[in-house]
Amino acid sequence: MTVYITQLFNGLSVSSILLLIALGLAITFGLMNVINMAHGELIMIGAYATYVTQNIFKSALPDSMFSTYFILAIPVSFAVAFVVGLLLETTLIRHLYGRPLDSLLATWGVGLALQQLARSIFGAPNVGVTSPTWLDGGLTVMEGVVLPYKRLFIIGLVAVCLVAMYLYIYRSHAGRNMRAVMQNRDMAACLGISTRRVDATTFAIGSGIAGIAGCALTLMGPIGPSLGTYYIVDAFMVVVLGGVGKLVGTLFGAFGIGMTNTLFEYWTTASLGKVLVFICIVAFLQWRPKGFIAMRTRSLD
Amino acid sequence: MKSNPWTAARIWTLIGYAAASAALFAAPLYLSDFRLNLLAKFLAFAIVALGLDLIWGYTGILSLGHGVFFGLGGYAMAMYLKLEASGGRMPDFMEWSGLTALPAFWKPFESLGFAFAAGILIPGLLALFLGYVTFRNRIRGVYFTILTQALVIIATTLLIGQQAYTGGTNGVTGYSKIAGYSISNPDTKQMLYWITAAFLIVAFIVCRFLVASRFGKVLRAIRDGENRVRFIGYNPALYQMTAFAISGALAGLAGMLFILHVGIISPSMLGIVPSIEMVLWVAIGGRGTMIGAVLGAVLMNWGKSEISAQYPDAWLFVMGALFVVVVVFLPNGVAGLFSRLTSIKRRVTGHDQEAVRNPAV
Repeated sequence: MTVYITQLFNGLSVSSILLLIALGLAITFGLMNVINMAHGELIMIGAYATYVTQNIFKSALPDSMFSTYFILAIPVSFAVAFVVGLLLETTLIRHLYGRPLDSLLATWGVGLALQQLARSIFGAPNVGVTSPTWLDGGLTVMEGVVLPYKRLFIIGLVAVCLVAMYLYIYRSHAGRNMRAVMQNRDMAACLGISTRRVDATTFAIGSGIAGIAGCALTLMGPIGPSLGTYYIVDAFMVVVLGGVGKLVGTLFGAFGIGMTNTLFEYWTTASLGKVLVFICIVAFLQWRPKGFIAMRTRSLD
Repeated sequence: MKSNPWTAARIWTLIGYAAASAALFAAPLYLSDFRLNLLAKFLAFAIVALGLDLIWGYTGILSLGHGVFFGLGGYAMAMYLKLEASGGRMPDFMEWSGLTALPAFWKPFESLGFAFAAGILIPGLLALFLGYVTFRNRIRGVYFTILTQALVIIATTLLIGQQAYTGGTNGVTGYSKIAGYSISNPDTKQMLYWITAAFLIVAFIVCRFLVASRFGKVLRAIRDGENRVRFIGYNPALYQMTAFAISGALAGLAGMLFILHVGIISPSMLGIVPSIEMVLWVAIGGRGTMIGAVLGAVLMNWGKSEISAQYPDAWLFVMGALFVVVVVFLPNGVAGLFSRLTSIKRRVTGHDQEAVRNPAV
């Protein structure tokens, strides 16, 4: 029993991280039909931004202040990834609209270069980020079940991001423009929405969220230049499984993959678990080829 | 009216191919053993590139999973070579992992013929199966690409995880003989080089024949407008599946030839990065032309071995930059650059035959 609760909690924790990573992907893919393979490297950038913030706090401020660095690190990693994303959109991705497969290859190239850049700046070995002391320990639910505060914090952080995204997409003017462009680009342009600006902002926000994900990942263990590649394929599977266009699809995909992955890996072995999850995804796609949520459209192709 | 197949341009092309083949077969005369071994490796890669071009350049389906097919072929051959080297005993890594008897699925690989057939059929059938569960449901484009990438991840984790049966991270290595000949002997190596070159030429001719045939025309039609093809009455899924299976089988063949020259197969050779590197060869050489794919594979790998030997850190930068440059500025690769030059020449001389761009609009 206690084991199951722990496993479920682990599944929840994995799902929430996947969700955070896949959110940005789902939106850029749904909006611009661009596959951003450099998303994993934006996560890596966010993680290194946290690492740098930590180092600055360590050297410039007294020890008693150190634990507060993490509060600052979250907006910093968002901002850094946001700027990098904006730069990426204006210099490269803008030229690749309507060619999803080409965008995949080009952003993969960008990702490789960014990885190598991180390797030259910070060195190839993984670096550790000291977690703030107020996240040490855990919440004891019952005998033998301890939920670490770090993982709880990540789940809470994801929930906050999700609510913020929801408010942005469904309750703000900018979000309304974004949905309009997503549903019918030409019509939105005719109504005076600057689709270029919407594209750029959305892409940058998606990148910024990846930065936050990177910041959260520093709590889970050491970080390295290829941090993002561990998560990127799973995050894309979330998009494939959940479909694009609605937040709830991504939510479904993330929890579907995160939970089944954890449970299968617990029941079998780590390698067999991955195979079973893949088979489940393919089986699910037999039933719903466009993912859980499909955008209804009358256009062909 | 049937057009005359023997135009001057065509004859010159054929002469060019014949000269290139002759140069390939004569390579042992002018290359050192080390260089010959490298070239043999690159020729094996060129066979993968042919298969990838068939599915990507001609059918418009991007697969990032060809590393798996390549690796399956490689493992099939490696199992044979390992058993041959162990001489009736169990392979060493199985003993280390505590297995007491040879697993049943290893048994048939004692025969070279079986291993060779398996190295082509297993990847082909896996590709056929993956195509069956995706193309039939019209899962295509980016969705399919991501699924193939997930296939790579599970294949590598499975190979690493089942250490007792696959050799784990170290892979399968330590070969000594193939069909009774010592594999490290220069004469055998030369023979293996010729075999690889011959397979490349055969694969090239088969692919050229396929894309020139009616089948190839349908493939290109699917690439340019899948729904139109469906409305005319073809079943695109059938063609996509066939093309993907052929492509996977070619990758398997390449994997078998590859490990004969390298002497090792390990999960890192079929990971995500090698798989996408294969796509880069085709992108650089020129998707949609067979000769472009072959040249792309050989030149890229030659460049890689030169650059990474001198500046080990620079290679990833170069590769990243190549991806961006090729996709943004040279969508049809180097071969496309040449045909663009000829079309400019044609335009200058007044024979303008610009193809319809974006026929779906």
